[in-house]
Amino acid sequence: MTTVAMAEKQVKMEERIVDIKNPVLSIQDLSIAYNKDKYAVKHVNADIKKNAITAIMGPSGCGKSTLLRAINRMHELYPDIVTEGKINLHDDDILKMSTIKLRRKIGMVFQRPNPFPTMSIYDNVIAGYKLNGIKLKRAERDEIVERSLRNVALWDEVKDSLMKKGTFLSGGQQQRLCIARALAFQPEVILLDEPTSALDPVATAKVEDLLVELKKDYTIVLVTHNMSQAARISDYSMFMYLGELVEYDKTKVMFTNPRDSRTEGYLTGKFG
Amino acid sequence: MKAQIELANQDNSSYRKLKDRIFFWFIVVMSVVTISPIVMIIGKLVVKGFRQFNFNFFTQTTPDTFEAMMAVSQGEIIPGGILNGITGSLLVVVLASVMAIPLGVIIGIYLYENQAKRYAGLIRSIADVLQGVPSIVLGLISYLWIVKHVTTGFSALAGSVSLCIMMLPLIIRSTEETMKMIPTSIKEAGLALGVPYYKIILRVLIPTGFSGLMTGILLAISRIIGETAPLMLTTLGSPVVNMNIAKPTSAVPLLIWEFYNDPNMVDLIWSSSLFLMGFVLTLNIISKRIAAKRRTI
Ligand SMILES: Nc1ncnc2c1ncn2[C@@H]1O[C@H](COP(=O)(O)OP(=O)(O)O)[C@@H](O)[C@H]1O
Ligand SMILES: [Mg+2]
Repeated sequence: MTTVAMAEKQVKMEERIVDIKNPVLSIQDLSIAYNKDKYAVKHVNADIKKNAITAIMGPSGCGKSTLLRAINRMHELYPDIVTEGKINLHDDDILKMSTIKLRRKIGMVFQRPNPFPTMSIYDNVIAGYKLNGIKLKRAERDEIVERSLRNVALWDEVKDSLMKKGTFLSGGQQQRLCIARALAFQPEVILLDEPTSALDPVATAKVEDLLVELKKDYTIVLVTHNMSQAARISDYSMFMYLGELVEYDKTKVMFTNPRDSRTEGYLTGKFG
Repeated sequence: MKAQIELANQDNSSYRKLKDRIFFWFIVVMSVVTISPIVMIIGKLVVKGFRQFNFNFFTQTTPDTFEAMMAVSQGEIIPGGILNGITGSLLVVVLASVMAIPLGVIIGIYLYENQAKRYAGLIRSIADVLQGVPSIVLGLISYLWIVKHVTTGFSALAGSVSLCIMMLPLIIRSTEETMKMIPTSIKEAGLALGVPYYKIILRVLIPTGFSGLMTGILLAISRIIGETAPLMLTTLGSPVVNMNIAKPTSAVPLLIWEFYNDPNMVDLIWSSSLFLMGFVLTLNIISKRIAAKRRTI
Protein backbone atom coordinates (compact mmCIF):
# COMPACT_ATOMS: atom_id res chain seq x y z
CA MET A 1 0.00 0.00 0.00
CA THR A 2 3.02 2.31 -0.15
CA THR A 3 2.14 3.21 -3.71
CA VAL A 4 -1.20 4.36 -2.48
CA ALA A 5 0.32 6.45 0.27
CA MET A 6 2.74 8.07 -2.13
CA ALA A 7 0.14 8.87 -4.69
CA GLU A 8 -2.30 10.20 -2.15
CA LYS A 9 -0.47 13.47 -1.77
CA GLN A 10 -0.67 14.22 -5.44
CA VAL A 11 -4.40 13.89 -5.86
CA LYS A 12 -6.18 16.99 -6.98
CA MET A 13 -9.85 17.37 -7.60
CA GLU A 14 -9.54 18.34 -11.26
CA GLU A 15 -7.79 15.07 -12.03
CA ARG A 16 -10.84 13.09 -11.11
CA ILE A 17 -12.43 13.22 -14.51
CA VAL A 18 -10.55 11.58 -17.34
CA ASP A 19 -10.43 13.99 -20.19
CA ILE A 20 -8.13 12.63 -22.84
CA LYS A 21 -7.21 14.92 -25.69
CA ASN A 22 -6.53 13.46 -29.12
CA PRO A 23 -7.10 9.88 -28.02
CA VAL A 24 -5.58 7.09 -30.09
CA LEU A 25 -8.57 4.90 -29.46
CA SER A 26 -12.09 5.92 -28.71
CA ILE A 27 -14.52 3.28 -27.48
CA GLN A 28 -18.10 4.45 -27.79
CA ASP A 29 -21.05 2.71 -26.18
CA LEU A 30 -19.55 -0.70 -26.86
CA SER A 31 -21.55 -3.80 -25.97
CA ILE A 32 -20.56 -7.36 -26.81
CA ALA A 33 -22.53 -10.57 -26.36
CA TYR A 34 -21.32 -14.11 -26.94
CA ASN A 35 -24.84 -15.44 -26.79
CA LYS A 36 -27.97 -13.48 -27.47
CA ASP A 37 -28.95 -11.32 -24.50
CA LYS A 38 -25.98 -12.42 -22.41
CA TYR A 39 -23.70 -9.43 -22.63
CA ALA A 40 -20.06 -9.82 -21.60
CA VAL A 41 -19.34 -6.11 -22.15
CA LYS A 42 -22.01 -3.48 -21.51
CA HIS A 43 -22.11 0.11 -22.81
CA VAL A 44 -18.44 0.86 -22.36
CA ASN A 45 -17.23 4.39 -23.13
CA ALA A 46 -13.55 5.16 -22.91
CA ASP A 47 -10.84 7.10 -24.70
CA ILE A 48 -7.31 5.72 -24.65
CA LYS A 49 -4.37 8.07 -24.29
CA LYS A 50 -1.43 8.00 -26.64
CA ASN A 51 1.95 6.87 -25.31
CA ALA A 52 0.51 5.75 -22.02
CA ILE A 53 -0.20 2.44 -20.35
CA THR A 54 -3.88 1.89 -19.71
CA ALA A 55 -4.65 -1.01 -17.40
CA ILE A 56 -7.94 -2.90 -17.42
CA MET A 57 -8.64 -4.52 -14.05
CA GLY A 58 -11.48 -6.46 -12.57
CA PRO A 59 -12.40 -9.86 -11.23
CA SER A 60 -12.19 -12.92 -13.44
CA GLY A 61 -15.02 -13.15 -15.96
CA CYS A 62 -15.89 -9.46 -15.87
CA GLY A 63 -15.21 -8.96 -19.57
CA LYS A 64 -11.65 -7.63 -19.63
CA SER A 65 -10.44 -9.99 -22.34
CA THR A 66 -13.57 -9.51 -24.39
CA LEU A 67 -13.16 -5.74 -24.35
CA LEU A 68 -9.46 -5.96 -25.15
CA ARG A 69 -9.97 -8.43 -27.99
CA ALA A 70 -12.66 -6.23 -29.50
CA ILE A 71 -10.04 -3.54 -30.03
CA ASN A 72 -8.34 -5.53 -32.76
CA ARG A 73 -11.43 -7.62 -33.47
CA MET A 74 -9.94 -10.87 -32.27
CA HIS A 75 -13.30 -11.44 -30.58
CA GLU A 76 -14.76 -12.15 -34.01
CA LEU A 77 -13.19 -15.61 -33.77
CA TYR A 78 -16.48 -16.62 -32.22
CA PRO A 79 -18.97 -16.64 -35.06
CA ASP A 80 -22.13 -15.90 -33.03
CA ILE A 81 -20.75 -12.84 -31.31
CA VAL A 82 -22.79 -9.63 -31.35
CA THR A 83 -20.99 -6.30 -31.30
CA GLU A 84 -22.81 -3.00 -30.78
CA GLY A 85 -21.33 0.47 -30.59
CA LYS A 86 -18.16 1.81 -32.07
CA ILE A 87 -14.41 1.82 -31.67
CA ASN A 88 -12.36 4.45 -33.46
CA LEU A 89 -8.67 4.33 -34.17
CA HIS A 90 -8.05 8.05 -34.66
CA ASP A 91 -10.90 8.77 -37.07
CA ASP A 92 -11.30 5.33 -38.60
CA ASP A 93 -14.06 3.01 -37.48
CA ILE A 94 -12.29 -0.21 -36.50
CA LEU A 95 -15.36 -2.32 -37.11
CA LYS A 96 -15.34 -1.20 -40.75
CA MET A 97 -11.63 -1.67 -41.42
CA SER A 98 -10.17 -4.83 -42.90
CA THR A 99 -8.97 -7.02 -40.04
CA ILE A 100 -5.70 -7.55 -41.87
CA LYS A 101 -4.89 -3.83 -41.91
CA LEU A 102 -6.28 -3.28 -38.45
CA ARG A 103 -4.21 -6.00 -36.82
CA ARG A 104 -1.04 -4.60 -38.31
CA LYS A 105 -1.79 -1.31 -36.57
CA ILE A 106 -2.93 -2.89 -33.33
CA GLY A 107 -0.75 -5.78 -32.17
CA MET A 108 -1.64 -8.30 -29.50
CA VAL A 109 0.18 -10.34 -26.87
CA PHE A 110 -1.53 -13.21 -25.09
CA GLN A 111 -1.68 -14.69 -21.63
CA ARG A 112 0.50 -17.68 -22.43
CA PRO A 113 3.59 -17.15 -24.56
CA ASN A 114 2.71 -18.56 -27.98
CA PRO A 115 5.70 -18.48 -30.32
CA PHE A 116 5.16 -20.52 -33.47
CA PRO A 117 6.61 -23.89 -32.47
CA THR A 118 8.01 -24.74 -35.89
CA MET A 119 9.79 -21.44 -36.38
CA SER A 120 13.20 -20.18 -35.28
CA ILE A 121 13.56 -17.14 -33.07
CA TYR A 122 14.41 -15.10 -36.17
CA ASP A 123 11.40 -16.37 -38.11
CA ASN A 124 9.10 -15.80 -35.17
CA VAL A 125 10.01 -12.12 -35.05
CA ILE A 126 9.57 -11.72 -38.79
CA ALA A 127 6.49 -14.01 -38.87
CA GLY A 128 4.05 -11.19 -39.55
CA TYR A 129 5.84 -10.37 -42.79
CA LYS A 130 6.60 -13.95 -43.72
CA LEU A 131 3.12 -15.34 -43.19
CA ASN A 132 1.55 -12.43 -45.01
CA GLY A 133 3.89 -12.96 -47.95
CA ILE A 134 5.45 -9.51 -47.66
CA LYS A 135 8.76 -9.64 -49.50
CA LEU A 136 11.72 -7.98 -47.82
CA LYS A 137 15.38 -7.78 -48.62
CA ARG A 138 17.69 -9.78 -46.41
CA ALA A 139 19.15 -6.61 -44.89
CA GLU A 140 15.70 -5.20 -44.13
CA ARG A 141 14.68 -8.40 -42.44
CA ASP A 142 17.84 -8.49 -40.35
CA GLU A 143 17.25 -4.92 -39.34
CA ILE A 144 13.63 -5.51 -38.29
CA VAL A 145 14.60 -8.59 -36.29
CA GLU A 146 17.43 -6.83 -34.51
CA ARG A 147 15.41 -3.70 -33.81
CA SER A 148 12.43 -5.65 -32.47
CA LEU A 149 14.56 -7.90 -30.28
CA ARG A 150 16.47 -4.90 -28.95
CA ASN A 151 13.13 -3.24 -28.19
CA VAL A 152 12.25 -6.10 -25.87
CA ALA A 153 15.78 -6.36 -24.42
CA LEU A 154 16.17 -9.86 -25.81
CA TRP A 155 18.80 -9.18 -28.46
CA ASP A 156 21.86 -9.75 -26.27
CA GLU A 157 20.39 -12.96 -24.89
CA VAL A 158 19.57 -14.56 -28.22
CA LYS A 159 21.75 -12.92 -30.88
CA ASP A 160 23.93 -16.03 -31.15
CA SER A 161 21.04 -18.47 -31.37
CA LEU A 162 18.64 -16.74 -33.73
CA MET A 163 18.18 -19.92 -35.74
CA LYS A 164 17.15 -21.98 -32.73
CA LYS A 165 13.49 -22.75 -32.19
CA GLY A 166 11.61 -20.06 -30.29
CA THR A 167 10.19 -22.72 -28.01
CA PHE A 168 13.66 -23.45 -26.57
CA LEU A 169 13.60 -20.13 -24.71
CA SER A 170 12.42 -19.75 -21.12
CA GLY A 171 8.83 -18.67 -20.51
CA GLY A 172 9.80 -15.07 -19.86
CA GLN A 173 12.01 -14.95 -22.94
CA GLN A 174 9.23 -16.50 -25.02
CA GLN A 175 6.82 -13.82 -23.86
CA ARG A 176 9.30 -11.10 -24.77
CA LEU A 177 9.77 -12.80 -28.12
CA CYS A 178 6.01 -12.60 -28.62
CA ILE A 179 6.09 -8.91 -27.79
CA ALA A 180 8.92 -8.49 -30.32
CA ARG A 181 6.80 -10.30 -32.90
CA ALA A 182 3.98 -7.82 -32.28
CA LEU A 183 6.42 -4.89 -32.48
CA ALA A 184 7.92 -5.98 -35.81
CA PHE A 185 5.11 -4.24 -37.72
CA GLN A 186 5.65 -1.08 -35.64
CA PRO A 187 1.98 -0.93 -34.69
CA GLU A 188 0.45 2.09 -33.01
CA VAL A 189 -1.19 0.17 -30.20
CA ILE A 190 -0.18 -2.98 -28.36
CA LEU A 191 -2.82 -4.97 -26.52
CA LEU A 192 -1.65 -7.33 -23.80
CA ASP A 193 -3.95 -9.83 -22.08
CA GLU A 194 -2.48 -10.76 -18.68
CA PRO A 195 0.95 -11.12 -20.27
CA THR A 196 2.74 -11.99 -17.04
CA SER A 197 0.26 -14.35 -15.42
CA ALA A 198 2.25 -17.39 -16.60
CA LEU A 199 5.63 -15.93 -15.63
CA ASP A 200 7.76 -16.01 -12.50
CA PRO A 201 8.39 -12.76 -10.55
CA VAL A 202 11.77 -12.06 -12.16
CA ALA A 203 10.44 -12.51 -15.68
CA THR A 204 7.38 -10.46 -14.71
CA ALA A 205 9.56 -7.58 -13.54
CA LYS A 206 11.45 -7.66 -16.83
CA VAL A 207 8.25 -7.48 -18.86
CA GLU A 208 6.95 -4.64 -16.69
CA ASP A 209 10.15 -2.63 -17.14
CA LEU A 210 9.91 -3.29 -20.82
CA LEU A 211 6.34 -1.99 -21.08
CA VAL A 212 7.29 1.22 -19.30
CA GLU A 213 10.11 1.61 -21.79
CA LEU A 214 7.85 0.83 -24.78
CA LYS A 215 5.21 3.42 -23.98
CA LYS A 216 7.55 6.08 -25.32
CA ASP A 217 6.84 4.75 -28.81
CA TYR A 218 3.61 2.84 -28.47
CA THR A 219 0.23 3.11 -26.86
CA ILE A 220 -0.29 0.18 -24.50
CA VAL A 221 -3.50 -1.38 -23.23
CA LEU A 222 -2.88 -4.00 -20.57
CA VAL A 223 -5.35 -6.41 -19.03
CA THR A 224 -4.22 -7.51 -15.61
CA HIS A 225 -5.87 -9.14 -12.65
CA ASN A 226 -2.93 -8.15 -10.58
CA MET A 227 -3.72 -4.83 -8.92
CA SER A 228 -0.18 -4.10 -7.84
CA GLN A 229 0.97 -4.50 -11.42
CA ALA A 230 -1.54 -1.90 -12.54
CA ALA A 231 -0.42 0.37 -9.71
CA ARG A 232 3.25 -0.10 -10.58
CA ILE A 233 3.23 0.59 -14.28
CA SER A 234 -0.04 1.98 -15.58
CA ASP A 235 -0.90 5.63 -16.13
CA TYR A 236 -4.64 5.09 -16.47
CA SER A 237 -6.80 2.34 -15.02
CA MET A 238 -10.19 0.94 -15.83
CA PHE A 239 -12.12 -1.10 -13.35
CA MET A 240 -14.66 -3.46 -14.86
CA TYR A 241 -17.33 -5.39 -13.05
CA LEU A 242 -19.91 -7.73 -14.61
CA GLY A 243 -19.28 -6.29 -18.05
CA GLU A 244 -19.60 -2.66 -17.01
CA LEU A 245 -16.82 -0.13 -16.96
CA VAL A 246 -17.36 1.00 -13.38
CA GLU A 247 -14.54 3.46 -13.11
CA TYR A 248 -11.88 4.89 -15.39
CA ASP A 249 -9.33 7.31 -14.09
CA LYS A 250 -5.69 8.13 -13.69
CA THR A 251 -4.19 5.17 -11.89
CA LYS A 252 -2.96 7.10 -8.88
CA VAL A 253 -6.34 8.74 -8.48
CA MET A 254 -8.24 5.49 -8.67
CA PHE A 255 -5.97 3.73 -6.21
CA THR A 256 -6.15 6.50 -3.66
CA ASN A 257 -9.64 7.80 -4.11
CA PRO A 258 -11.97 5.38 -5.83
CA ARG A 259 -15.34 6.95 -6.53
CA ASP A 260 -17.37 3.77 -6.72
CA SER A 261 -17.84 1.46 -3.77
CA ARG A 262 -17.31 -1.56 -6.04
CA THR A 263 -13.90 -0.25 -7.09
CA GLU A 264 -13.03 0.36 -3.48
CA GLY A 265 -14.17 -3.15 -2.59
CA TYR A 266 -12.00 -4.63 -5.30
CA LEU A 267 -8.94 -2.55 -4.45
CA THR A 268 -9.18 -3.39 -0.79
CA GLY A 269 -9.37 -7.06 -1.63
CA LYS A 270 -12.99 -7.69 -0.67
CA PHE A 271 -13.50 -9.67 -3.89
CA GLY A 272 -11.71 -10.71 -7.06
CA MET B 1 10.97 -51.12 18.61
CA LYS B 2 13.23 -52.75 16.05
CA ALA B 3 12.03 -56.16 17.01
CA GLN B 4 8.47 -55.04 16.61
CA ILE B 5 9.06 -53.92 13.05
CA GLU B 6 10.76 -57.14 12.18
CA LEU B 7 7.90 -59.03 13.69
CA ALA B 8 5.42 -57.04 11.65
CA ASN B 9 7.39 -57.72 8.51
CA GLN B 10 7.62 -61.39 9.20
CA ASP B 11 3.90 -61.60 9.64
CA ASN B 12 3.17 -60.86 5.98
CA SER B 13 6.40 -61.57 4.26
CA SER B 14 5.72 -65.08 3.04
CA TYR B 15 2.27 -64.10 1.76
CA ARG B 16 3.68 -61.03 0.05
CA LYS B 17 6.53 -62.93 -1.53
CA LEU B 18 4.11 -65.49 -2.88
CA LYS B 19 1.87 -62.78 -4.29
CA ASP B 20 4.87 -61.08 -5.85
CA ARG B 21 6.04 -64.30 -7.47
CA ILE B 22 2.59 -65.15 -8.83
CA PHE B 23 2.27 -61.74 -10.44
CA PHE B 24 5.79 -61.85 -11.79
CA TRP B 25 5.20 -65.14 -13.59
CA PHE B 26 1.75 -64.06 -14.70
CA ILE B 27 3.28 -61.03 -16.42
CA VAL B 28 6.09 -63.11 -17.94
CA VAL B 29 3.61 -65.62 -19.37
CA MET B 30 1.34 -62.90 -20.71
CA SER B 31 4.26 -61.07 -22.33
CA VAL B 32 5.41 -64.26 -24.02
CA VAL B 33 1.89 -64.97 -25.23
CA THR B 34 1.64 -61.46 -26.64
CA ILE B 35 5.01 -61.36 -28.32
CA SER B 36 5.31 -64.93 -29.53
CA PRO B 37 3.06 -64.68 -32.61
CA ILE B 38 5.04 -61.79 -34.06
CA VAL B 39 8.35 -63.45 -33.25
CA MET B 40 7.14 -66.71 -34.79
CA ILE B 41 5.88 -64.96 -37.92
CA ILE B 42 9.09 -63.02 -38.49
CA GLY B 43 11.21 -66.06 -37.65
CA LYS B 44 9.33 -68.24 -40.09
CA LEU B 45 9.56 -65.62 -42.85
CA VAL B 46 13.28 -65.13 -42.34
CA VAL B 47 14.07 -68.85 -42.22
CA LYS B 48 11.96 -69.75 -45.23
CA GLY B 49 12.40 -66.61 -47.29
CA PHE B 50 16.01 -65.77 -46.75
CA ARG B 51 17.30 -68.20 -49.40
CA GLN B 52 15.44 -66.34 -52.15
CA PHE B 53 16.32 -62.91 -50.80
CA ASN B 54 19.07 -61.98 -53.26
CA PHE B 55 19.91 -59.18 -55.68
CA ASN B 56 17.84 -60.66 -58.51
CA PHE B 57 14.84 -60.74 -56.25
CA PHE B 58 14.67 -56.95 -56.44
CA THR B 59 15.81 -56.40 -60.01
CA GLN B 60 14.03 -59.08 -62.04
CA THR B 61 10.43 -59.81 -62.84
CA THR B 62 8.60 -62.97 -61.90
CA PRO B 63 9.82 -66.15 -63.60
CA ASP B 64 7.39 -68.23 -65.60
CA THR B 65 6.25 -71.42 -64.04
CA PHE B 66 8.42 -73.60 -66.30
CA GLU B 67 11.66 -71.84 -65.29
CA ALA B 68 10.65 -72.15 -61.68
CA MET B 69 9.86 -75.84 -62.07
CA MET B 70 13.26 -76.55 -63.63
CA ALA B 71 15.07 -74.71 -60.86
CA VAL B 72 13.12 -76.43 -58.12
CA SER B 73 13.62 -79.89 -59.64
CA GLN B 74 17.38 -79.30 -59.70
CA GLY B 75 17.35 -78.06 -56.12
CA GLU B 76 18.39 -74.52 -57.12
CA ILE B 77 16.76 -71.32 -56.00
CA ILE B 78 14.02 -70.00 -58.24
CA PRO B 79 15.34 -67.44 -60.76
CA GLY B 80 13.81 -64.01 -61.21
CA GLY B 81 12.30 -61.73 -58.62
CA ILE B 82 9.35 -59.53 -57.84
CA LEU B 83 10.37 -56.27 -59.51
CA ASN B 84 7.03 -56.06 -61.32
CA GLY B 85 5.27 -56.40 -57.96
CA ILE B 86 7.41 -53.80 -56.21
CA THR B 87 7.01 -51.22 -58.99
CA GLY B 88 3.30 -52.03 -59.26
CA SER B 89 2.76 -51.61 -55.52
CA LEU B 90 4.67 -48.33 -55.64
CA LEU B 91 2.61 -47.07 -58.56
CA VAL B 92 -0.70 -47.98 -56.99
CA VAL B 93 0.21 -46.69 -53.53
CA VAL B 94 1.65 -43.43 -54.85
CA LEU B 95 -1.45 -42.85 -56.95
CA ALA B 96 -3.73 -43.65 -54.03
CA SER B 97 -1.73 -41.32 -51.78
CA VAL B 98 -1.78 -38.48 -54.30
CA MET B 99 -5.56 -38.67 -54.25
CA ALA B 100 -6.16 -39.52 -50.59
CA ILE B 101 -3.67 -37.27 -48.79
CA PRO B 102 -4.83 -33.84 -50.03
CA LEU B 103 -8.48 -34.84 -49.90
CA GLY B 104 -8.17 -36.44 -46.46
CA VAL B 105 -6.21 -33.54 -44.99
CA ILE B 106 -8.67 -30.98 -46.38
CA ILE B 107 -11.68 -32.88 -45.04
CA GLY B 108 -9.93 -33.41 -41.69
CA ILE B 109 -9.25 -29.69 -41.36
CA TYR B 110 -12.83 -28.93 -42.38
CA LEU B 111 -14.11 -31.21 -39.60
CA TYR B 112 -11.77 -29.54 -37.11
CA GLU B 113 -12.93 -26.08 -38.15
CA ASN B 114 -16.59 -27.01 -38.01
CA GLN B 115 -16.66 -29.27 -34.95
CA ALA B 116 -20.28 -28.76 -34.04
CA LYS B 117 -21.92 -28.39 -37.45
CA ARG B 118 -24.40 -31.06 -38.43
CA TYR B 119 -22.74 -31.47 -41.81
CA ALA B 120 -19.43 -32.23 -40.10
CA GLY B 121 -21.13 -34.89 -38.00
CA LEU B 122 -22.49 -36.48 -41.14
CA ILE B 123 -19.05 -36.58 -42.78
CA ARG B 124 -17.60 -38.03 -39.60
CA SER B 125 -20.15 -40.86 -39.59
CA ILE B 126 -19.57 -41.53 -43.27
CA ALA B 127 -15.86 -41.83 -42.57
CA ASP B 128 -16.57 -44.26 -39.74
CA VAL B 129 -18.82 -46.37 -41.95
CA LEU B 130 -16.22 -46.31 -44.72
CA GLN B 131 -13.63 -47.63 -42.32
CA GLY B 132 -15.81 -50.65 -41.68
CA VAL B 133 -16.52 -51.51 -45.31
CA PRO B 134 -14.77 -54.78 -46.29
CA SER B 135 -11.95 -54.02 -48.66
CA ILE B 136 -13.25 -56.42 -51.30
CA VAL B 137 -16.43 -54.37 -51.50
CA LEU B 138 -14.34 -51.28 -52.19
CA GLY B 139 -12.62 -53.30 -54.91
CA LEU B 140 -15.98 -54.15 -56.40
CA ILE B 141 -17.09 -50.54 -56.36
CA SER B 142 -13.89 -49.42 -58.04
CA TYR B 143 -14.39 -52.20 -60.56
CA LEU B 144 -17.85 -50.85 -61.39
CA TRP B 145 -16.71 -47.23 -61.56
CA ILE B 146 -13.22 -47.32 -63.00
CA VAL B 147 -12.62 -50.67 -64.66
CA LYS B 148 -15.94 -50.60 -66.47
CA HIS B 149 -16.24 -46.95 -67.33
CA VAL B 150 -12.99 -45.02 -67.00
CA THR B 151 -10.11 -47.23 -68.05
CA THR B 152 -12.37 -49.85 -69.69
CA GLY B 153 -10.14 -52.61 -68.43
CA PHE B 154 -8.19 -53.63 -65.35
CA SER B 155 -5.81 -50.85 -64.36
CA ALA B 156 -3.50 -49.41 -61.74
CA LEU B 157 -5.86 -46.45 -61.49
CA ALA B 158 -8.77 -48.67 -60.52
CA GLY B 159 -6.68 -50.31 -57.83
CA SER B 160 -5.53 -47.00 -56.45
CA VAL B 161 -9.10 -45.68 -56.28
CA SER B 162 -10.14 -48.57 -54.07
CA LEU B 163 -7.07 -48.11 -51.87
CA CYS B 164 -7.66 -44.35 -51.77
CA ILE B 165 -11.12 -44.97 -50.32
CA MET B 166 -9.50 -47.16 -47.66
CA MET B 167 -6.95 -44.49 -46.79
CA LEU B 168 -9.41 -41.61 -46.60
CA PRO B 169 -11.10 -42.31 -43.27
CA LEU B 170 -7.75 -42.98 -41.61
CA ILE B 171 -6.25 -39.72 -42.85
CA ILE B 172 -9.39 -37.70 -42.13
CA ARG B 173 -9.50 -38.87 -38.54
CA SER B 174 -5.78 -38.50 -37.85
CA THR B 175 -5.80 -35.00 -39.37
CA GLU B 176 -8.73 -33.92 -37.24
CA GLU B 177 -7.17 -35.35 -34.08
CA THR B 178 -3.82 -33.72 -34.86
CA MET B 179 -5.42 -30.32 -35.45
CA LYS B 180 -7.34 -30.60 -32.18
CA MET B 181 -4.06 -31.04 -30.34
CA ILE B 182 -2.62 -27.74 -31.61
CA PRO B 183 -3.34 -25.09 -28.98
CA THR B 184 -5.74 -22.37 -30.16
CA SER B 185 -3.22 -19.83 -28.93
CA ILE B 186 -1.00 -20.70 -31.91
CA LYS B 187 -3.86 -19.96 -34.28
CA GLU B 188 -4.62 -16.73 -32.42
CA ALA B 189 -0.98 -15.68 -32.71
CA GLY B 190 -1.33 -15.88 -36.48
CA LEU B 191 -4.67 -14.08 -36.56
CA ALA B 192 -3.33 -11.29 -34.36
CA LEU B 193 -0.65 -10.67 -36.98
CA GLY B 194 -3.33 -10.04 -39.57
CA VAL B 195 -2.66 -13.26 -41.43
CA PRO B 196 -5.62 -14.44 -43.54
CA TYR B 197 -7.12 -17.67 -42.28
CA TYR B 198 -6.22 -19.89 -45.21
CA LYS B 199 -2.59 -18.88 -44.84
CA ILE B 200 -2.69 -19.76 -41.16
CA ILE B 201 -3.91 -23.23 -42.08
CA LEU B 202 -1.26 -23.70 -44.75
CA ARG B 203 1.70 -22.08 -43.08
CA VAL B 204 1.07 -22.44 -39.36
CA LEU B 205 -1.33 -25.28 -38.57
CA ILE B 206 -0.11 -27.83 -41.12
CA PRO B 207 3.61 -27.32 -40.32
CA THR B 208 2.86 -27.38 -36.59
CA GLY B 209 0.90 -30.60 -36.91
CA PHE B 210 3.28 -32.06 -39.47
CA SER B 211 4.42 -34.99 -37.36
CA GLY B 212 0.86 -35.98 -36.55
CA LEU B 213 -0.25 -35.71 -40.16
CA MET B 214 2.78 -37.68 -41.31
CA THR B 215 2.19 -40.42 -38.76
CA GLY B 216 -1.41 -40.80 -39.89
CA ILE B 217 -0.39 -40.90 -43.55
CA LEU B 218 2.35 -43.49 -43.02
CA LEU B 219 0.05 -45.69 -40.97
CA ALA B 220 -2.60 -45.43 -43.68
CA ILE B 221 -0.03 -46.46 -46.29
CA SER B 222 1.18 -49.39 -44.24
CA ARG B 223 -2.45 -50.37 -43.80
CA ILE B 224 -3.17 -50.51 -47.55
CA ILE B 225 0.11 -51.80 -48.90
CA GLY B 226 -0.73 -55.37 -48.00
CA GLU B 227 -4.25 -55.26 -49.42
CA THR B 228 -4.91 -58.06 -51.87
CA ALA B 229 -8.62 -58.51 -52.35
CA PRO B 230 -9.48 -55.15 -53.92
CA LEU B 231 -6.48 -55.39 -56.25
CA MET B 232 -7.63 -58.77 -57.59
CA LEU B 233 -10.75 -57.06 -58.90
CA THR B 234 -9.01 -53.96 -60.17
CA THR B 235 -5.31 -54.12 -61.09
CA LEU B 236 -5.50 -57.83 -61.95
CA GLY B 237 -1.72 -58.41 -62.11
CA SER B 238 0.99 -58.32 -64.73
CA PRO B 239 4.13 -60.35 -65.41
CA VAL B 240 6.00 -57.26 -66.59
CA VAL B 241 6.88 -53.90 -65.07
CA ASN B 242 4.03 -51.54 -65.85
CA MET B 243 4.03 -47.81 -65.25
CA ASN B 244 0.92 -46.98 -67.24
CA ILE B 245 -1.92 -46.12 -64.88
CA ALA B 246 -4.50 -47.33 -67.39
CA LYS B 247 -2.97 -50.81 -67.73
CA PRO B 248 -3.10 -53.91 -65.53
CA THR B 249 -0.38 -53.88 -62.88
CA SER B 250 1.13 -56.30 -60.47
CA ALA B 251 1.58 -55.72 -56.74
CA VAL B 252 3.51 -57.56 -54.05
CA PRO B 253 0.46 -58.97 -52.25
CA LEU B 254 -1.02 -60.04 -55.60
CA LEU B 255 2.20 -61.89 -56.38
CA ILE B 256 2.06 -63.67 -53.04
CA TRP B 257 -1.40 -64.90 -54.01
CA GLU B 258 -0.18 -65.98 -57.44
CA PHE B 259 2.81 -67.80 -55.94
CA TYR B 260 0.48 -69.56 -53.57
CA ASN B 261 -1.51 -70.89 -56.51
CA ASP B 262 1.57 -72.17 -58.33
CA PRO B 263 3.17 -75.22 -56.69
CA ASN B 264 6.49 -74.44 -58.37
CA MET B 265 6.81 -71.00 -56.84
CA VAL B 266 6.08 -71.76 -53.21
CA ASP B 267 9.50 -70.61 -52.09
CA LEU B 268 8.83 -67.13 -53.43
CA ILE B 269 5.84 -66.74 -51.11
CA TRP B 270 8.12 -66.50 -48.13
CA SER B 271 10.62 -64.06 -49.53
CA SER B 272 7.84 -61.80 -50.85
CA SER B 273 6.06 -61.90 -47.51
CA LEU B 274 9.33 -61.13 -45.74
CA PHE B 275 9.77 -58.13 -48.03
CA LEU B 276 6.25 -56.87 -47.42
CA MET B 277 6.48 -57.38 -43.68
CA GLY B 278 9.84 -55.61 -43.56
CA PHE B 279 8.42 -52.69 -45.53
CA VAL B 280 5.41 -52.29 -43.27
CA LEU B 281 7.54 -52.58 -40.13
CA THR B 282 9.92 -49.94 -41.47
CA LEU B 283 7.03 -47.58 -42.20
CA ASN B 284 5.72 -48.09 -38.69
CA ILE B 285 9.09 -47.43 -37.13
CA ILE B 286 9.60 -44.30 -39.24
CA SER B 287 6.21 -42.96 -38.28
CA LYS B 288 6.95 -43.57 -34.59
CA ARG B 289 10.27 -41.78 -34.99
CA ILE B 290 8.66 -38.78 -36.65
CA ALA B 291 6.03 -38.62 -33.96
CA ALA B 292 8.68 -38.66 -31.23
CA LYS B 293 11.08 -36.25 -32.89
CA ARG B 294 8.79 -33.50 -34.08
CA ARG B 295 6.61 -33.33 -31.00
CA THR B 296 7.07 -29.60 -30.93
CA ILE B 297 3.79 -28.56 -29.42
N1 LIG C 1 -16.13 -18.08 -26.05
C1 LIG C 1 -17.07 -17.70 -25.16
N2 LIG C 1 -18.35 -18.12 -25.31
C2 LIG C 1 -19.31 -17.76 -24.43
N3 LIG C 1 -19.09 -16.97 -23.38
C3 LIG C 1 -17.85 -16.51 -23.16
C4 LIG C 1 -16.77 -16.85 -24.04
N4 LIG C 1 -15.64 -16.26 -23.59
C5 LIG C 1 -16.00 -15.58 -22.48
N5 LIG C 1 -17.31 -15.72 -22.22
C6 LIG C 1 -18.05 -15.10 -21.11
O1 LIG C 1 -17.92 -13.72 -21.21
C7 LIG C 1 -17.66 -13.15 -19.94
C8 LIG C 1 -16.40 -12.32 -19.97
O2 LIG C 1 -15.30 -13.14 -20.24
P1 LIG C 1 -13.82 -12.58 -20.37
O3 LIG C 1 -13.85 -11.38 -21.24
O4 LIG C 1 -12.96 -13.69 -20.80
O5 LIG C 1 -13.50 -12.17 -18.87
P2 LIG C 1 -12.10 -11.83 -18.18
O6 LIG C 1 -11.05 -11.72 -19.24
O7 LIG C 1 -12.36 -10.54 -17.47
O8 LIG C 1 -11.82 -12.91 -17.21
C9 LIG C 1 -17.62 -14.29 -18.95
O9 LIG C 1 -18.86 -14.35 -18.30
C10 LIG C 1 -17.42 -15.49 -19.79
O10 LIG C 1 -18.09 -16.60 -19.23
MG1 LIG D 1 -9.28 -12.91 -19.53
